[in-house]
Amino acid sequence: MKPPPVDYAAPETLDAAVGLLAGDLDAKVLAGGQSLVPLLSMRLAFPDLLVDLGRIAGLDEIRESGRHLVIGAMVRQRDAETSEQVAGRCPLVVQALRHVAHPQIRARGTVGGSVAHADPAGELPAVAIALDARVRVRGPEGDRVVPAAELYRGMLTTSLAPAEIVTAVEFPVDGEGSGSACVEVAPRAGDFAVCGAVARVSTVGGVVAEARLALFGVADRPLRAAAAEAALRETPAAEAPGVAAALATEDVAFADDPQIPAGYRRQLAAVLARRAVAQAVEAAA
Amino acid sequence: MSRHTITLTVNGALHTEEVEARLTLADLLRERLDLTATHLGCEHGVCGACTVLVDGRAARSCTTLAVQADGAAIRTLEGLAADGAELHPVQQALWEKHGMQCGFCTPGIVMSLVELLERDPQPSGEAITETLGGHLCRCTGYVKIREAALEAVRLSAQAGSGTHTPEAR
Repeated sequence: MKPPPVDYAAPETLDAAVGLLAGDLDAKVLAGGQSLVPLLSMRLAFPDLLVDLGRIAGLDEIRESGRHLVIGAMVRQRDAETSEQVAGRCPLVVQALRHVAHPQIRARGTVGGSVAHADPAGELPAVAIALDARVRVRGPEGDRVVPAAELYRGMLTTSLAPAEIVTAVEFPVDGEGSGSACVEVAPRAGDFAVCGAVARVSTVGGVVAEARLALFGVADRPLRAAAAEAALRETPAAEAPGVAAALATEDVAFADDPQIPAGYRRQLAAVLARRAVAQAVEAAA
Repeated sequence: MSRHTITLTVNGALHTEEVEARLTLADLLRERLDLTATHLGCEHGVCGACTVLVDGRAARSCTTLAVQADGAAIRTLEGLAADGAELHPVQQALWEKHGMQCGFCTPGIVMSLVELLERDPQPSGEAITETLGGHLCRCTGYVKIREAALEAVRLSAQAGSGTHTPEAR
């Protein structure tokens, strides 16, 4: 349970970090290390080189830009979770972070790290796809913005090139009359979710104007419940949770393993979609 | 493999060490600095026994590489009370309320509760539960640990604010 031998660099600029990654295909970005260091210790990952982003200035800022809340990649999860700005502008991020491991892990874990790690049971990737967040990336070709919908490709796999680094995540801020919720079922508090759901709903006069719903822990990546979202529009708020439960599991190929059969996950997903939408509707009212 | 010179403060004392990148902060503390109060249980961030304060925040020393702690201020259980001196209120409370049995998980729990009380001298029951949720204890069932946490809140208030500030240690 000790990490394998590995080289390490802590560059002071993003471009230097990109250069190091471009020069070594087996290099790995080290952000907070709360997923990567356990993977090293369990000898599930054997990178040649760790490129630590911890000494690069400017990656740990939270600011607003237009209708987006921009959270720097190296913002510690605990800092985002306890930020009044985040709570006020995009409360779903705070609601989701409360489910991410334990406070002692969130003290080191980063927002960018969680989004880039692409754990199928991760809460923040689900928030990112549900809200159509924009992921800012620096690579050898310069900066680009990746829509969260195009980021996740499978288990711990993203569409980013090996030498690209997530620099910030831009979450659309909540509009008037919107509410959100993150709910999950895990074997114990702080453990990986067996299944979870995030929802953001806005209502006008007791009717759903817009709904966002995504599931996590159900497949090899977080999934948007598009059919449920479409059906929820114009639905009376009181009926919204039932609609979400009925349609959230449509077209989902649920992960199946001996401990948690696909059928159980499907049942959980329906229940959690209902709860998430019910809580979001209540918060929106 | 590359070796790196790091400088960090541990319980107020400055240390400069040459380390391999793969050395964890926990192993630096235990093997190099002989600070063995920090315990290693699971070595992948789950059990919480290795929790120390990194720049004032409770964090897992087994999932923090020593190189990542370059320049940081670390506090461990050894820094809370000198031999023979008055115990820290959290330690005192765990003693008085019998908040431990085998004691393996205790150092991590102490450090997490120290951070909690420094951040919020009157934490809610929910905050105490959340903090203890980051620690596995296979002996006690947590009831006595919770009682000790509540007692630590009382003892800290009694001791008066400012007595147990990070700077004083």
